Amino acid sequence: MSMSRLSGVDDLNEMYESIILDHYRNPRNLKKLASPDLEKDVNNPFCGDELSIQLNIENDVVTDLSVSGNGCAISQSSGSLLAESVINLTKIQILELIVNVRKMMRGEDISEEIRDSLGDIEALEGVKKFPVRIKCALLGWTGLEDLIQD
Amino acid sequence: MSVNIDSVRKDFPILGRSVNGKKLVYLDNAATSQKPKIVIDSITEYYTKYNSNVHRGVHTLSMEATEAYENARFKVAKLINAPEDCIIWTRNATESLNLVASSWGLNNISAEQNIIITNAEHHSNLVTWQQISKKTGCELRYIDISNGFEMSNLKNILDKNTALVSITHISNVLGYVTPISDIVSLIKKMNLDTKILVDAAQSVPHMPLDVNDLGIDFLAFSAHKMMGPTGIGVLYGKKELLLNMEPYMFGGDMIIEVSYEGAKWNELPYKFEAGTPNIAGGISTGVAVDYLLNIGMENIWKHEVDLTNYALEKFSQFKNFTVLGNNLNHPRGGVISFVHKSIHPHDIGTILDKQGIAIRTGHHCAMPLVRSYGTSAAARVSFYIYNTFNEVDLFFEAIKDVEDYFL
Ligand SMILES: Cc1ncc(COP(=O)(O)O)c(C=O)c1O
Repeated sequence: MSMSRLSGVDDLNEMYESIILDHYRNPRNLKKLASPDLEKDVNNPFCGDELSIQLNIENDVVTDLSVSGNGCAISQSSGSLLAESVINLTKIQILELIVNVRKMMRGEDISEEIRDSLGDIEALEGVKKFPVRIKCALLGWTGLEDLIQD
Repeated sequence: MSVNIDSVRKDFPILGRSVNGKKLVYLDNAATSQKPKIVIDSITEYYTKYNSNVHRGVHTLSMEATEAYENARFKVAKLINAPEDCIIWTRNATESLNLVASSWGLNNISAEQNIIITNAEHHSNLVTWQQISKKTGCELRYIDISNGFEMSNLKNILDKNTALVSITHISNVLGYVTPISDIVSLIKKMNLDTKILVDAAQSVPHMPLDVNDLGIDFLAFSAHKMMGPTGIGVLYGKKELLLNMEPYMFGGDMIIEVSYEGAKWNELPYKFEAGTPNIAGGISTGVAVDYLLNIGMENIWKHEVDLTNYALEKFSQFKNFTVLGNNLNHPRGGVISFVHKSIHPHDIGTILDKQGIAIRTGHHCAMPLVRSYGTSAAARVSFYIYNTFNEVDLFFEAIKDVEDYFL
């Protein structure tokens, strides 16, 4: 990266963290599931971000999941982070996680313990300085929430 | 006469500000233009010196306000060479289009007729006619102008039952200029009853335009895209049409006489201007028109075409970028929409904003058109007289950074 003119723009680099750019370039768990128990397409018509979420669920535990789509670096990397984070969690744990992701994006105080539980997802925190992009970051999470609550 | 752009820039206070530590480079003029200080001052002046309602008082303030407001209408009329009483103030181009749809369209179009628009219309000139088509049962036909306006495409779908051709003069996505004069000739040869509405939201601010010469029936535009304030727009209509149209909004100002049994409509243009109008908006729009004419519409157009050609040439050097509407031989205005092979417009917009460069990203209120390019969003630069070649260079430097950042 030759970022001559962009060097020093810290909040930009905070939003496009290296973890984010890594997930954007190499999204995880893209592969469609053979027979998903639940699936949902979510999109934001205003900017054209799209994600398809599929999952298998057994005894309230998500056993497999795929997230694929089209859109900006933030929506797609956030989808990929999601795909990586929720396998083997129970529905309740996932809903709790989504609440915490939202809190982080809104800039609310979160405990060290919660912060630790977020793992790589914490890389999305830099988006909070770019209010118009928060929707992009939350697209997949909101979709997943609807999917497992229905 | 050539214009000194640096001295023009000094008239715009906002161009002196910085954004994210960089000097503002404003390339989102198709969304709305910046305003010169004299326009901004005229709003303050109205509210500080002669604020009052128009058309209804005998007191000095009301007379001063009425005179200034009507004088602005006169200036707008002159700008497009129309009679003063054929200039109707609205809120914006969108409302002007809706006025024609509701007052004329609903009452004059029948189920066996058709309306023709292009595939590149702004939602305001698309959804509006879709609705009229649904309500009247008439057919809505589209001319595809993705590769430029082809007269034969219009010829193929124009017939004796065409009630209206409603067409953008400059596409706010593709930048193409449609050949209104030739379109009017073709239509008049085919059917003298077909009405022609021109969406001039992107043309009146940038080029000389004469409604009389063009021979069109209706013209719609917004003041905010031509250095005026938001909240005020214009509909021009041919007098014989306006005289026969029923108003679709009722209230004060639009009546001449009211009884408990009924009411008589006021004369033109007031018949279509119900309620207390945007007085400061009208007055300051008049000031914007003076400002534009002082620079000269020809000069504005020439400068913007030069900037556009310069930018198109530069775009051709970036192999991962595609310009939407890439018929480079087609006449076009200062609007260039583009997509990158893999980087989303949002990410482009954010990186540019960090360098103080304002561009538009999204569907540009033309969802079906943008989707027809296999994408749901595009980025867009659009120029005005105060933009410089140096700003175009800064834009392309930033575009290079975008690729460096994401690829
Ligand atoms: C071609 C065109 N038509 C109509 C409009 C609508 O203008 P307004 O939103 O001011 O009514 C626009 C504005 O973006 C436009 O570009």
